[in-house]
Amino acid sequence: MVTLTINFFASLREELGASGETLPLPEQVTNVAQLVDYLVGLRGERWAVLQDNTRVLVAVDHTIVQRSHALRGGEEVAFFPPMTGG
Amino acid sequence: MILVQTQDFDSAEQYRCLREEADNPGAIVTFTGLVREFYEHNSGSEPRVEALFLEHYPGMTEKALADIEAQARSRWDVQACRVIHRVGELHGGDQIVYVGVASTHRGDAFAAAEFIMDYLKSRAPFWKRQSTTAGEQWIESRAADEAALQRWDAVKSDPDVPH
Repeated sequence: MVTLTINFFASLREELGASGETLPLPEQVTNVAQLVDYLVGLRGERWAVLQDNTRVLVAVDHTIVQRSHALRGGEEVAFFPPMTGG
Repeated sequence: MILVQTQDFDSAEQYRCLREEADNPGAIVTFTGLVREFYEHNSGSEPRVEALFLEHYPGMTEKALADIEAQARSRWDVQACRVIHRVGELHGGDQIVYVGVASTHRGDAFAAAEFIMDYLKSRAPFWKRQSTTAGEQWIESRAADEAALQRWDAVKSDPDVPH
């Protein structure tokens, strides 16, 4: 089965009350934006924050990507707020 | 060398390592970031920071820092480079981040160290949560940190700017 691993970090993890999960790659999901829409549809309006690309950044396999980035299954997708290191 | 760790570091030891690793260096620039007791975002009666918690994304953080170091090496003469970022719970006055660069000339050492710090703040997955006398909150990213990156793009696009 083709799956995706999803992780949430920092304030976003607390806001969603979820640290992450592994789920089967849905048939209609071919990129990050579609994955977000799928998750919002599945989990409800509280997850709509994921659609805000100023508040939420996305990394696929440890590299920051745009919402149009293609997903084929097997990837690690992470959602997190803008970084505040240093 | 990139290290993400909970334990403190000895900047004198890092300096010694940079001297050993570099081949005929003419300059070593080191930067140490400390945890402030008062966070300057809040004006007026700001609460005292009792603790700062640093979260990171294991795996991606190390990769992002390595990418930033590689960019610095591609732009300036870097003979040796050490980056340490602490994670976990820290307190006012604690050391939080270290960047050291050894180069042939000081201009490259200053520029590379500052470039690494600027990129590290907004491009490496670390997040700060502060615990103050007024409660806990995640620290929000600053527009000034993002603006600091654009200045490096400007340097890059102008071939006449010396480094």
